[in-house]
Amino acid sequence: MKRLLKLIAKRWVTYTLGFVALVSAIVLDMYNPYYFGEIIDRVIMNGELAYMRTALLALAVITFGRAVLGYAKEYMFDISSSKVIVDLRKKLFDHIQRLSFTFFDKNNTGELMSRIKEDTDNIMHAICYGIMLTLEQIIYFVVAAVILFIINWKLALISLLTMPLIEYVVIKLERQVGMQYEKISDQRAALNTTAQENIAGVRVVKAFGREKHEILKFLRQNEENYKINYDLVKSFAKYNPMIEFLSNLVLVFVITAGGYLVIGEEMSLGTLVAFSNYIWMLIWPLRMMGWLSSVVAQCVASVKKIDKLFEEEPDIKNCPEPKMPEKICGHVEFRDVCFDYDGVSVLKDINIDAKPGATIAIMGMTGAGKSTLINLIGRYYDCTSGSVFFDGIGVKEMDLAELRRNVSVVMQDTFLFSDTIEANIKFGAGEVSDEVFMAACRDAMVEEFVSQMPEGYRTVIGERGIGLSGGQKQRISIARALVRDAKVLIMDDSTSALDMETEHAIQRAMDRRKGFTCFIIAHRVSAVKNADEILYFEDGRIVERGTHEELLRLRGRYYETYREQYRDYVEALEKEVV
Amino acid sequence: MPINIVREDEELKQSLNITIIRRLLSYLKPYMGAVIRTLLLMAAVIVVELFNPYMMKLGIDKYIAEGDWKNLFLIGGVMIIVNIVAVVCSRLRMLIMGRVSNSILLTIRQQLYSHIQKLSFSFFDSRPTGKILARIIGDVNSLNDVFANSVTSLVPELVKISAVVVIMMLMNYRLGLVALATLPFMLVTFFFISTVSRKRWQTHRKKSSNLNAFTHEDFSGIRVVQSFAAEQETSSTFLQLCNEWRDSFVRAVRINDFFWPTVEMSWGIGSILVFWFGASMIGTGTITPGLLVAFTSYVSMFWQPIMNISNFYNQLVTNMSGAERIFEILDIDPDIKDRQDAKPLPEIKGDVSFRNVTFGYDEGQQVLKDVSFDVSAGQTIALVGSTGAGKTTVANLISRFYEVTSGEVLIDGYNVNDVTLESLRSQIGVMPQDTFLFSTTIMENIRYGKLDATDEEVIEAAKAVSAHEFIMKFEKGYDTEVNERGTRLSAGQRQLIAFARALLADPRILILDEATASIDTHTERLVQQGIKKLLEGRTSFVIAHRLSTIRNADRIMVVEEGGIVESGTHEELIKLKGQYYNLYTSQFKFLNDEGEAS
Repeated sequence: MKRLLKLIAKRWVTYTLGFVALVSAIVLDMYNPYYFGEIIDRVIMNGELAYMRTALLALAVITFGRAVLGYAKEYMFDISSSKVIVDLRKKLFDHIQRLSFTFFDKNNTGELMSRIKEDTDNIMHAICYGIMLTLEQIIYFVVAAVILFIINWKLALISLLTMPLIEYVVIKLERQVGMQYEKISDQRAALNTTAQENIAGVRVVKAFGREKHEILKFLRQNEENYKINYDLVKSFAKYNPMIEFLSNLVLVFVITAGGYLVIGEEMSLGTLVAFSNYIWMLIWPLRMMGWLSSVVAQCVASVKKIDKLFEEEPDIKNCPEPKMPEKICGHVEFRDVCFDYDGVSVLKDINIDAKPGATIAIMGMTGAGKSTLINLIGRYYDCTSGSVFFDGIGVKEMDLAELRRNVSVVMQDTFLFSDTIEANIKFGAGEVSDEVFMAACRDAMVEEFVSQMPEGYRTVIGERGIGLSGGQKQRISIARALVRDAKVLIMDDSTSALDMETEHAIQRAMDRRKGFTCFIIAHRVSAVKNADEILYFEDGRIVERGTHEELLRLRGRYYETYREQYRDYVEALEKEVV
Repeated sequence: MPINIVREDEELKQSLNITIIRRLLSYLKPYMGAVIRTLLLMAAVIVVELFNPYMMKLGIDKYIAEGDWKNLFLIGGVMIIVNIVAVVCSRLRMLIMGRVSNSILLTIRQQLYSHIQKLSFSFFDSRPTGKILARIIGDVNSLNDVFANSVTSLVPELVKISAVVVIMMLMNYRLGLVALATLPFMLVTFFFISTVSRKRWQTHRKKSSNLNAFTHEDFSGIRVVQSFAAEQETSSTFLQLCNEWRDSFVRAVRINDFFWPTVEMSWGIGSILVFWFGASMIGTGTITPGLLVAFTSYVSMFWQPIMNISNFYNQLVTNMSGAERIFEILDIDPDIKDRQDAKPLPEIKGDVSFRNVTFGYDEGQQVLKDVSFDVSAGQTIALVGSTGAGKTTVANLISRFYEVTSGEVLIDGYNVNDVTLESLRSQIGVMPQDTFLFSTTIMENIRYGKLDATDEEVIEAAKAVSAHEFIMKFEKGYDTEVNERGTRLSAGQRQLIAFARALLADPRILILDEATASIDTHTERLVQQGIKKLLEGRTSFVIAHRLSTIRNADRIMVVEEGGIVESGTHEELIKLKGQYYNLYTSQFKFLNDEGEAS
């Protein structure tokens, strides 16, 4: 809430302008009945035709003034509130982007989208129309109350008798709908998540012909959404008519109590008539209170949801006084590294020394902790004990962005953005010269297929690289990593969808590049055998390590894999030996 | 279909206002009874509204002036009772209308969602997920107020207006015409405002949709963003999209905010005109001063409802673009749907034939050229070839995810285009290359292959693909929640779960598109042993790059540049000394190639 108020305060100039226009419009509005009365009394009844021109001119000025001020008021509130919302969204977006992988592991994209879009929309509604109407109604109410007190303070006091009751009902309403709006906000996020997953996973849905199942799944959410929204309607239906009744009760008070005073000759009949004319100015704001309080409640509910997100702290925080190695060479060292995730031990006592320029290959069973290991280098997760060093400095003591800029990753899940191929490859790399770009594309074998596309690198690819084959996507993501020319390159199973020839060509190109430390996770022996050290993982431990030849001699897991993949060849070799 | 990217505005057909309004109104039809009840209740409330000032006047003018105590309190009592009736009426009215408008939203949203389920891949390929979501959620929500206020404000206000107009005309038709003189001005201005602002609101919705799409993409790809330390870049793109969103909003309200001033002006000038002409009419003796005074009070009674209707119209214009975007999707005919005379595919054996199949995702670009082959039931077919050669496309055509440009795909002799999609796809198990898991438990994810499978069946399938072991290592076993896209599992584990899901479906035809690419060779061998029995009698298509995965296939087809260049068993193809032979021997060549650096 504080955050929002600060952002609003930042836009005080336009808000003030809007407020001034609002007040001036109300002031003009007060003159309207005066001139109306004057025209009726003086011109029509008394025939002062000379006054007519002046009065009508005044009315015309008032009308015009009100129109201009009314426009200014709305426009000012519109632009201020939209500015506040842009600020808020940007803040929220930046905050979410700073959060760690662990956060994204546990939160759905659909929900986050809902917070950034729907919840801020709700807030915008409140800080635009909500504030505008509240101010307006408060002014009308105060003015009316003052006038009524001037006319007859006793009667004014009596007519305000229902105020505490109305206040009570409004507070109850606000409390109840506040909770309901929170539920609605969550339900909307759930709806968003369900739909988002369905669309993202449309291939699976269609492959299994599960459209009906999905429709039913959505229907349940949709019905829940209906139910909660209808509950909200029920609250309004319960309290709003009550508020209206209580405000109409004011009329009864005025007429009976006023009648009592008049009959008791404590007040003139004329005063009562005047009083009853102004009483409407008091009643309208009262009636609006139900609606206004619901706008406020909705806003508060959304602010709560957003504040909760703001309270999330990134697990991985930048070191307050980051150190940087004097020269970046790409020396990566794991010392006694252990890593637990959700209480389960994933990596145990890992020691690796990757000298600058070395290639470390990682093999092993599915779920043995291979990807986790390399996630520790770019500090996507922090190790539970032990340390990872980059050029002699612990990664936790380095500047996060700087560290990541020096570690280029090709992820296992190829994620491409719906943009041109060129923009995808240059993603996050800043200025890239044509030579560097083309070299990366050539080395990653992207050039090979892109040159055949009619629009070349300007070809737009769909979300997640739709329209490209799995192998083409992998090649683009390799080029994306190469373009950055970092000292450490990590390839997480990133050639699995490539045919052997392409894979081999890329390997050759990488060998030519050299000058960087490379971590390769792969399942094919052909991809790892030239590495300076091959690590074979099982259950979070390194069970075998050495060069290709050393591991073959060991006749362990690695040898088994090798045999399986090159059965004919190995058999032939063995026959030869025999 | 051209691909729409995040930052680009969607193209949208312009349709006529009246068509959209009529279509929106048609949703009210099933609720006519409720609408009529609402109107009756509203009438009651309006009567009370009019009754209150009348009673006040009566009380003041008559009983107070006469000092009549009893009747004064009687009036007070009557007012309380009448207002209690009003409370009950408006309560009922709100409940009924709330139910109606929320039911309509439910219907529209469900309709839209169900329709989207029917659409083909080309629809999903051509636009970002975030933009589709924007329509299902945001655009539908924007209609909320429209329905809630349509009946409650439109009809009663129209009644009020007509009544006042009739009274004014009866009092003095010339003065009546004068009072209405500014109405045409207002209507013309409204027309102008709404034509311009509607376009601008449409742009605003598009910008809003872009923003949604960007947020979606950025958060889905957050791992890439963070690993490339590109937060600042994406943040500035986000800001830019936000600003575009805001600019489009400001542009829309700049016009839209003329709404109220227009009403105010028309009202004010209308009153001035009445005074002006009225005074001169008094001068000529046509009307009495009393009539003019009474007339002026009717003038304000006339403009009050006009304000309310304008408010509704304003809402309608603002939100019409939401409706437009919803209807646009509802009007898209799925490219791939059941033919009119489609019959369900009977239980199949699993023969698959391609007859001169030509296919391209985009016009002019052929991915498959004149491909023909026959596979008999029970065979295992391996598809090999370089990336982008068209292997996945072959698989896509069997399930009819896309339709052939020419030629035909036959299953057991039935053309896939002639059978119902559901009967076809339910007999084919596909494991797509891009593993997708839902954010639910592992158990439910596997069960997706066969919704009524028992827990035992699920576990059986998991055991067959050697997933059981690692699943049991989780604290909660099969009840472990898998996150969106399964980020908590390793890629290999995700593949195994997807594999189990495909197996559980018990399909006659199984398509494995790089199903084991992320799985280590050791586990892969276990998987192969585990599923051997399960695959017996099933036709399976296996796409893989690791030749060890496919060497046991009954037939290996080499796909190159959109055609099948070689086909046969491993031994036959080796003897052939063609492409496959090259591929096969090259792996040994690569093995012995020590690389240039080392």
